[in-house]
Amino acid sequence: MTSAREVVVTGLGATTPIGGDVASTWEAALAGVSGARTLENDWAEKYGIPVNFAATIKVDPAEVLTRPETKRMDPSAQYAIVATREAWADAGSPEVAGERLGAVVSSGIGGIQTILDGWDTLRERGARRMLPMTVPMLMPNSPTAYVSLELGARAGTHALVSACASGAEAVGYAAEMIRSGRADVVVAGGTEASIHPMPLAAFAASRTLSLRNDDPQHASRPYDIDRDGFVLGEGAAVLVLESAEHAAARGARVYAKVGGVGLSSDAYHITSPDPEGTGQVTAMRFAMEDAGVTTSDVVHVNAHATSTKVGDLTETASIRKLFGSDADHVQLSATKSMTGHLLGGAGAIESVFAVKAVAERLAPPTINVENPDPELQVPLVRDEPVKLPGGDIAAINNSFGFGGHNVALVIQSH
Amino acid sequence: MANTDQEILEGLAEIVAEETGLDTADVLLEKSFTDDLDIDSLSMMTIVTHAEDKFGVRIPDEEVKNLATVGDAVSFIKGAQD
Repeated sequence: MTSAREVVVTGLGATTPIGGDVASTWEAALAGVSGARTLENDWAEKYGIPVNFAATIKVDPAEVLTRPETKRMDPSAQYAIVATREAWADAGSPEVAGERLGAVVSSGIGGIQTILDGWDTLRERGARRMLPMTVPMLMPNSPTAYVSLELGARAGTHALVSACASGAEAVGYAAEMIRSGRADVVVAGGTEASIHPMPLAAFAASRTLSLRNDDPQHASRPYDIDRDGFVLGEGAAVLVLESAEHAAARGARVYAKVGGVGLSSDAYHITSPDPEGTGQVTAMRFAMEDAGVTTSDVVHVNAHATSTKVGDLTETASIRKLFGSDADHVQLSATKSMTGHLLGGAGAIESVFAVKAVAERLAPPTINVENPDPELQVPLVRDEPVKLPGGDIAAINNSFGFGGHNVALVIQSH
Repeated sequence: MANTDQEILEGLAEIVAEETGLDTADVLLEKSFTDDLDIDSLSMMTIVTHAEDKFGVRIPDEEVKNLATVGDAVSFIKGAQD
């Protein structure tokens, strides 16, 4: 049974620290591969940064984009374009009028490498050497604008910014665009490219990064008792969302439905989640109500779980609070254990993972959990993928951001 | 240090090729930046920025509109170097 307002996923694209596309990223995720590596540069010594590793992109976009493209786009836009081209082709390059096609690709930080390069140029060489493309490259809406240009999307081009929830909020907003009738197809996702000494030092200063310099591959370990912070990652993921009616009319392959969107904000602290988890519970509850599912339908949660002491446990406590005994049959996956934290790209790649999990009935693993935190309150998928049940199932992708943003998306089998 | 016309053309062709993706062989003296090479104003200013750097000259903004062809640019740069 499909209604015109039902939103389905018909295309997926990604470029991440563990793969240059969705197929390789998903395969690596199922195999438990870590994308974290030691940075082959002198940043740590030169600037005294206490972290010398990150989850860098697996495939340099210069390998797949033209030289003028890489010169005109900040890396955050380059990643978004790589993911968009894959997703669009994966969806069968749908024929849709530009006025019915939207683009919503977010970044948490924006073109920070361009900003910092521009500042270096100004200080070292003066204003006459400033590149004219600097402003269009540094804008946080630059990735979504390039996606709009790429596909001719004229139903609206947006970049919602909510730190590490940005990518999920983009997917949610895209679904709303389709439900409200503003568009038939929306390309949605998130991107981030902030592996540069300044943001690395800044995140380190906020005491949120793992300092496991001697063993990067085991640094991102959500729910392990010895977790000590997140691993800075980069990359992008993009989903093609489409009204079920439009997808059916063109005979498109459908991965899953975006059944519900839940949003809330903590108004508690600029970086720490509300320890009561009230906002997180509200977001998940809204998303389930929106999708018309109950906790008994939800068999999988892709956790926000960044591998920080406080954040990981707040989320599982929220799930337990909302689900009660139904939390016992939730398969919880923390895929940042493998990808690192893609910031504005995180909610997007984790939406892709949730869609793949529902479509293939397989919850991806959480690696590096040698000693599960005894306060972990939900069954965790550890080293091996876990089979999800047949029939109608639902998954939740949670994404939370500095600033108190909570986004929950319900992904349902089709 | 002055360059020959040929050196300036080759250097300019490299800059244009980097910016546009065109082959350096397509960047000929008689080509119009806008009509033949499809270069918009933002790209033109990017090329000017790189050319100033490469050839050690100053190309004032009010002069850029007079540089219709690659040959015009080569002549201007040559004149500015001398």
